[in-house]
Amino acid sequence: MLERDVMGKMETATTIAAHVAAGRRKAVAVCHEALGRIEDRDPRFRAFLEVTPDYARPRAARVDADLAAGKPAGPLAGVPLAIKDNICTTFGHTTCGSKILKGYVSPYNATVIDRIEAAGGVLVGKTNLDEFAMGSSNENSAYFPTRNPWNTDCVPGGSSGGSAAAVAAGLVPLALGSDTGGSIRLPAAFCGVVGMKPTYGRVSRYGLVAYGSSLDQIGTLAANVEDAALLLTVISGQDPRDSTSVDHPVPHYCEELRDAKLAGLASGLRIGVPAEYFGAGLESETRAAVEAALDVYRRLGARTVEVTLPHTPYAIATYYLVAVSECSSNLARYDGVHYGHRTAHPRNIIDLYSSSRNEGFGAEVKRRIMLGTFALSAGYHDAYYNKALKVRRLIKDDFDRAFEQCDVLAGPTSPTPAFRFGEKLDNPLAMYLADIYTIALNLAGMPGISIPCGFSETGLPIGLQLMAPVFGETVLLQAARLYERETEWYLRRPPVTS
Amino acid sequence: MININGLAVEPIIGLEIHVQLATRTKMWCGCKRAFGAEPNSRVCPVCLGLPGALPVMNRRAVELAVRTALALNCRTAGFTTWDRKSYYYPDLPKNYQISQYDRPLSYGGVFEFPFANRISRVRIIRAHLEEDAGKNVHDFPGCSAVDLNRAGTPLLEIVSEPELHSADQTREFAVQLHRLVRYLGVSEANMQEGQMRFEPNINLRILKDGEIYTTPIVEVKNLNSFRALHGAVACEITRQVEGWQETGVVATTGNKSNRGWDDEREATVAQREKEEAHDYRYFPDPDLVPLELDEAWVAELKEHMPELPIPRTERFISEYKVPASDAPALVDDRATADLLDQAAEFGGDKSTLAKHFLSFWARHANERGTPIADLGISSKHLAELARLQCEGTINATATAQVADQMIARVAHRFSGGGHESSSESEHPAEAKLSPRAIAEQLGVLQSRDEDQIATWVEQALASNQKAVQDAISNQKKLKAARGFLTGQVMTISGGQADPKMVGALIEEKLAEIGQSKV
Ligand SMILES: [Zn+2]
Repeated sequence: MLERDVMGKMETATTIAAHVAAGRRKAVAVCHEALGRIEDRDPRFRAFLEVTPDYARPRAARVDADLAAGKPAGPLAGVPLAIKDNICTTFGHTTCGSKILKGYVSPYNATVIDRIEAAGGVLVGKTNLDEFAMGSSNENSAYFPTRNPWNTDCVPGGSSGGSAAAVAAGLVPLALGSDTGGSIRLPAAFCGVVGMKPTYGRVSRYGLVAYGSSLDQIGTLAANVEDAALLLTVISGQDPRDSTSVDHPVPHYCEELRDAKLAGLASGLRIGVPAEYFGAGLESETRAAVEAALDVYRRLGARTVEVTLPHTPYAIATYYLVAVSECSSNLARYDGVHYGHRTAHPRNIIDLYSSSRNEGFGAEVKRRIMLGTFALSAGYHDAYYNKALKVRRLIKDDFDRAFEQCDVLAGPTSPTPAFRFGEKLDNPLAMYLADIYTIALNLAGMPGISIPCGFSETGLPIGLQLMAPVFGETVLLQAARLYERETEWYLRRPPVTS
Repeated sequence: MININGLAVEPIIGLEIHVQLATRTKMWCGCKRAFGAEPNSRVCPVCLGLPGALPVMNRRAVELAVRTALALNCRTAGFTTWDRKSYYYPDLPKNYQISQYDRPLSYGGVFEFPFANRISRVRIIRAHLEEDAGKNVHDFPGCSAVDLNRAGTPLLEIVSEPELHSADQTREFAVQLHRLVRYLGVSEANMQEGQMRFEPNINLRILKDGEIYTTPIVEVKNLNSFRALHGAVACEITRQVEGWQETGVVATTGNKSNRGWDDEREATVAQREKEEAHDYRYFPDPDLVPLELDEAWVAELKEHMPELPIPRTERFISEYKVPASDAPALVDDRATADLLDQAAEFGGDKSTLAKHFLSFWARHANERGTPIADLGISSKHLAELARLQCEGTINATATAQVADQMIARVAHRFSGGGHESSSESEHPAEAKLSPRAIAEQLGVLQSRDEDQIATWVEQALASNQKAVQDAISNQKKLKAARGFLTGQVMTISGGQADPKMVGALIEEKLAEIGQSKV
């Protein structure tokens, strides 16, 4: 049997912030405990590429000092957080899980980092990922794979596998990830945590190392919906340094989750169930868990509506044209000239480029760069890239039409729970199919969340995915919280305290 | 058609022009634009292309680009996009350049300029915005370095139709365009600093035995002076004729080539890299949002367009009665031309005013290495000086003297002898610069007091009886005698008598004397 809540040792972010703000706890002590848990447990999962105690401890002391000096407590006062290593930080390194950026130190902080620190958050380290966020299993990290805290023979999902595992293993209550085609939601589902991808433009991408710029979005990994809302509130909002961030009001998402706000909400809620998300590839245990979740909503008084997203079968092909095209251009800058890995003895400038890149990039990154270069080439551009943009529009139209009939969409996050290491490594297409239910949402630019909704017989978590229209974060979080409040899946933690 | 080596040849020349825009900061970041700064001192994560950095469009660059486009009679696109142009080069930190591909900011313009006593009309295909690259520096033994200060500088690329037909005409087009962008204030267009660069594409139509042969197109890269531009085009015309005579090779798709310009040998030279069908893999930059140009805003920019140099030159020739060859000297510097127009508004003879600009004001400006507009003389005083001369209050020599004094006093004032005042009312310091006051102090005002002049005339006649006699009695000697007497009056008056009045009074007196003799 699964062990019930071993979280006693790690409070939620909301609780920590409240305690620190009230002076009941010191940020330094909270930080010390988090660093201790990482030291103790992380060697088994290797969620972190780099832990930065020398940076974190003084920051925590600073939070305490500011509070002692009478400054108002930030919403994340004293909360330890982990950062996916494709988000630029002036502390530690920013490697993107790639050899080509081994040892790279960013001279600037991503906007989200500045916002978190301004809110009193204490950053304790950088988490592992598939190289440049390209992958669904974390096996594409150039350094080492992170292991799933529920079963170390299984992948944590990717690409934000390190952040998901860090939260699942109770190392930190909150972490940042990035989601280009499911890279937050999939590992959240595999690791049994809450993973949220906001609307494209909701959170500044400044300082997020680009993979597929028109799809990338920074989001949150948390132990519960309220914590996810807390962090989202801090990182949301327009940024003058990101032209694609949108000037749209930022509600206090936590306030929107209060019981009073939720009262009566369920009875008016229309939940769309897309037929395409319950097709042949869906494993029966996952199907059963998701259907049970729909029953919970119905029991609460919500109405479920059959909807259709007819272009879903084209989503993966479309995604792999748009994302790889952008990736081939975004990763052109890693050339050994200005920073990052440089080959030891280049014969000439062309050799400097090709050898540095050949040595620095892993197989999957090379595969995508080549695919993208091909898709954008003269003669193929129209047939691939331009056509993909047209289909992308159709996919977005599908969602728009579906949301005329419902407030949120619900379905599985992934067709299966976490798979074993090596299982799909030799078959990139099978690996790509892991993202089949998450990818379309990125193409549509809409927000989505994965929340725990059960476990497989082998004890692996199953994720329920909810999706909302553009800037529908409030209803998305509310719907997630309605379910969470009725269930205890999210309270389960892997038996990590041996 | 021109005749070269016995062949009828028509050169066909198009021009690509890159103009660095005079914004305060770069195209996508807040770094200051600067020439000659310490290498890599004007850089930030954005223009260094560091991981995670994102571009943010410089609105001012768009404004300057639109103003240029309007002056080139281009249509502006309501909706324009940014595209990535991919190629690997060490001075291009992202290994793509943010440019505009299929939706340029402006297109379909035309530029007209006088050339060889006619109006040349060259259509403009497009003018779009992009970012400049950095510079590769090869000053170090055994390695190359990159200076990225220039990377991300806003660049306007203007592409003309191939509608130029000689080296002279191509240079004139470039000269006029250079004058235009400086006039609009959209670029300093300093050629030595590479702020304006030309890339002509040249080929020939050769007529032989009733057949037309077209030579392969050659693009000459990165020309930094009018001289190089002219030389490159002239050289290519000769080279291509000779090349065709030797090989008979004509243009096909794919045999376009790039050449460079060797300043010392004064010849174009083959460039090592082939123009192997470059695939730039353009696609819309997902980091930037498409730009919608507000029609009202564009209309407002159009309304505030200054009078452009070419129409202004024509107006100056007719209004100020200046020779066509001198007009550009008045028009070239916009502030100076504006000053001339402002001075003319005070009334008076425009031609005299323009002559002053072309003579002593130009000399003073030259000596100080500034345009006339920066001499510090107000339009009011410029007009007053011209009026004094026109009315005969001072003569030409005195006018130049007064001007010298005005300059000397301005210099004194600017060196701390007074203080600057921009107020309309005449400040005491300003009053000291008044040409009339200066003329008075110098004692060069011409007397127009009839009684005074009459006295001087009488004195002169009285002491020069011989000349008076000659004038009255000998028709042949009349003119010489009158001139001599006038000179005497001027001497007596110390140069202050108005020569016109002196002449009239002498004539009157001589007539009186002649009458009384009869
Ligand atoms: Zn910069």
